[in-house]
Amino acid sequence: MSDDQATMTTVLDTVDVAQTSPDAEQPWQELGLKQDEYKRIREILERRPTSAELAMYSVMWSEHCSYKSSKVHLRRFGDLPQETPRGKQLAGIGENAGVIDIGQGWAVTFKIESHNHPSYIEPYQGAATGVGGIVRDIMAMGARPIAIMDPLRFGRIDHPDTARVLPGIVAGVGGYGNCLGLPNIGGELVFDECYQGNPLVNALCVGSLRHEDLHLANASGVGNKIVLFGAKTGGDGIGGVSVLASETFDADGPTKRPAVQVGDPFAEKVLIECCLDLYHAGVVEGIQDLGGAGLSCATSELASAGDGGMSIELDRVPLRDSSLRAEEILMSESQERMMAVVAPAQLDAFLEITEKWDVEATVLGEVTDGEHLVITWHGETIVDVPPRSVAHDGPVYQRPMERPAYLEELQADSTARLDRPASDEELRAQLLQVLGSPNVCDKSWVTDQYDRYVRGNTAQAMPADAGIVRVDEESGLGVALATDCNGRFAKLDPYAGAQLALAEAYRNVATTGAQPLAVSDCLNFGSPEDPGVMWQFSQSVDGLTDACRELGIPVTGGNVSFYNQTGDTAIHPTPVIAVLGVLDDVSRHASSGWQQTGEPVYLLGEARDELDGSQWSAVVHQHLGGTPPQVDLRAEKGLAEALREAVAGGAISSAHDVSDGGLGVALAESAMAHDIGAVINLPGAAFVDLFSESTGRVVVTVPDGEGSSLEAACVRYDVPFAKIGVTGGDSLVITDRFEVPIADLRETHQATLPLALDGR
Amino acid sequence: MKIGVITFPGSLDDHDAMRAIRVAGGDAVSLWHGDADLHGVDAVVVPGGFSYGDYLRCGAIARFAPVMDRLIPAAQGGLPVLGICNGFQVLCESHLLPGALTPRTDQRFYCNDQVLKVESTSTAWTSAYDEGAEITVVHKNGEGRFVADEHTLDELEGEGRVVFRYVGGNPNGSYRDIAGVTNERGNVVGLMPHPEHCVEEGYGPSLDGLAFFTSVLTAAAGV
Repeated sequence: MSDDQATMTTVLDTVDVAQTSPDAEQPWQELGLKQDEYKRIREILERRPTSAELAMYSVMWSEHCSYKSSKVHLRRFGDLPQETPRGKQLAGIGENAGVIDIGQGWAVTFKIESHNHPSYIEPYQGAATGVGGIVRDIMAMGARPIAIMDPLRFGRIDHPDTARVLPGIVAGVGGYGNCLGLPNIGGELVFDECYQGNPLVNALCVGSLRHEDLHLANASGVGNKIVLFGAKTGGDGIGGVSVLASETFDADGPTKRPAVQVGDPFAEKVLIECCLDLYHAGVVEGIQDLGGAGLSCATSELASAGDGGMSIELDRVPLRDSSLRAEEILMSESQERMMAVVAPAQLDAFLEITEKWDVEATVLGEVTDGEHLVITWHGETIVDVPPRSVAHDGPVYQRPMERPAYLEELQADSTARLDRPASDEELRAQLLQVLGSPNVCDKSWVTDQYDRYVRGNTAQAMPADAGIVRVDEESGLGVALATDCNGRFAKLDPYAGAQLALAEAYRNVATTGAQPLAVSDCLNFGSPEDPGVMWQFSQSVDGLTDACRELGIPVTGGNVSFYNQTGDTAIHPTPVIAVLGVLDDVSRHASSGWQQTGEPVYLLGEARDELDGSQWSAVVHQHLGGTPPQVDLRAEKGLAEALREAVAGGAISSAHDVSDGGLGVALAESAMAHDIGAVINLPGAAFVDLFSESTGRVVVTVPDGEGSSLEAACVRYDVPFAKIGVTGGDSLVITDRFEVPIADLRETHQATLPLALDGR
Repeated sequence: MKIGVITFPGSLDDHDAMRAIRVAGGDAVSLWHGDADLHGVDAVVVPGGFSYGDYLRCGAIARFAPVMDRLIPAAQGGLPVLGICNGFQVLCESHLLPGALTPRTDQRFYCNDQVLKVESTSTAWTSAYDEGAEITVVHKNGEGRFVADEHTLDELEGEGRVVFRYVGGNPNGSYRDIAGVTNERGNVVGLMPHPEHCVEEGYGPSLDGLAFFTSVLTAAAGV
């Protein structure tokens, strides 16, 4: 530490001091800023920043908060039509989360975010606070959070580090979500060695609100009070966004444990109920959650979205640790805190409600008629900045991009050279091998640790294709949600990979009979400083944008997570896509398992010989190469329309998406759900029919006498269909090929995770 | 018929319990932990959740809430009280019910659709069931392992105070597969599984939980 830095810890670095000591050495580099960024801060302020200002700029200009590498690409989402099939959005990209009208005066808001790096360092707390953070984003829109989902990705299932991080991450997601009283209705669990050292912990939250309850994050109205409420501020998570989320892990770097936040789900549960009381009492003018970058973010974002300036007395912040310095208080990512803008006349009513919930609330300052965010510490000014320069005018990079050289060779190495099963016996054995593989097997080891029933509105949860929750208890109006991504496909072709992820999530929502409305995305990639990664990123954004345009649904928000790489090795591009759909009455939805004997089984859509990137190629041959399945968004759209009409008309008794593992896996899963088998006559070549991962396909069953209505719907929307069998019996019978008793399917399907994770 | 549902900070299934009461035909009344008043209700549900975060022993803090100062004597006087999950833990901590609930044997939270055998129909909350009936009810907890000393267990069995037993697998390591118990008078019942999640078609695994609430409406009408 230099002498100047040592001085800064003892003498308060006020704006006056900064003005008179322009040459003081500052730790901008340690805070993650680049030299030109530091220079720009000095230009904006026309002096050197104080140490508190430097702290604010460093966290707000970090990759995680400023999107400096992704911004130029993400703008393309903004060019999409902003209407959903149900009308215009009530709030879109740029707010804490997008808000969508679902009819009957109801709106929903949803968003998916990453908490990858903290979860690698401290699995339980990293995952727990990931859930906490996304839930507060939803609360900040004026909504009641109603469900969560958690797409998780790990390295090899048998790797010691997976054994270190997985149980903690799952326990963290469960521990926080269960204690918060939010049903966990779905997600993903993927193992691939590309995530070794970079597990992905994404979390989605959906909330519901009446239109009139919509709240936005802005500090307007001179004289309005700025109130910080919720947990006390501590030393946890200081610099989390700049230190963790914006930096690549060095294999032998120093431990960064203190930068991970610690969660208190009880405090958040109380905060949810308290916020809802505050909203209903009409005492909140503007609201913002405190997440990444803590008070730096909340104050600068609220002020820059408002119509004036803001003054804050930082020494009023209630602390868990009285030794914290001003810079640390500004950077702290202590959880379970919110900031509200409250009219003076409403302040007493506001404080009465926080008191009822035993939530500590402190007036920190007020909206001023100036244009600056001014923060004082015991009466001395330590921050005096244009808030926009902190919150929105961060650096924007046009990172170099280049198609990776390896791609040509990778795409040329297709599955055509791999041996296919030579006998029916081998076909059967390989189906079981895929069914029991880590990415296809039963996930209840994980999902049984989550409460899926709390609040009593869950109509469907994992392992269903999509989770469904009721929003309105009177009418049954509700939403269906799915998250998907096949990183293997995205590795082979990031443009198509993003589209395939969207197509699968869209289809999963459609299988329930819901109308897909909107997209949220969590874009997990390697280092943006690698031109190959940046190219993948840009391709994925293009793919997603083009596909959304074709499907007629907007991207309402999301999150970018870069630097998911160890050394030079990046993860597969992993654009996790969440699709939200609406059901006018969730009691009329299709679920994915066969429930009745004697019903005809249909396959909607057609299989092509598309095995590249498939689970079969991964499990049987440990192969990744070639080009992913064709994307046909027009077909997906037609399929969704046909499903929606057929479900609403009662022409479908079950519907299950065909994706990972292919039709064979989809049939096995449908049979295992309620112990009802089927006799199946495959329409084409058995191997391709069973293992191809061609898109746009759904297995459905049809109630007695409804076949012609389903067929009519398929014809109307140009969906190819084939009647491939009939349900019944206690085996899955592939006519003329093989059969497997359901009990054997189940044993294979269920054995994998307990064996790998508990050794039994 | 008014049935109260207590909300502690951290209660989660209070909303569901209120709904279940309404579905059964009762009037659900919200009771606040800090309000030492039962507001004239005819029965009380202590719902599931994580009262005060349950960072200490589950239910240990909730037991001292002002509303409990009224509930405990009322229960001792015969008021029908049902403790579900965290509510069961609170009733044990309050010594309205014997035994204790400890962490599950594998130390993990576990959520499943659980089959229970109805062992006693002579309580205020189970009269509408058939004795020996098997019902499927949501089970979800991290600390639901019912334990008591041998003497207490023998006494509970001998006096017919084991109300529910786990069937087809014990999900948490509870002694003698006990899922729920009652007090000597049969007005206070506690169980770990969640009947309030099993009252509506399409939400939850069954409708098997509804009879808890219809039972108490009958019992309260007879008081």
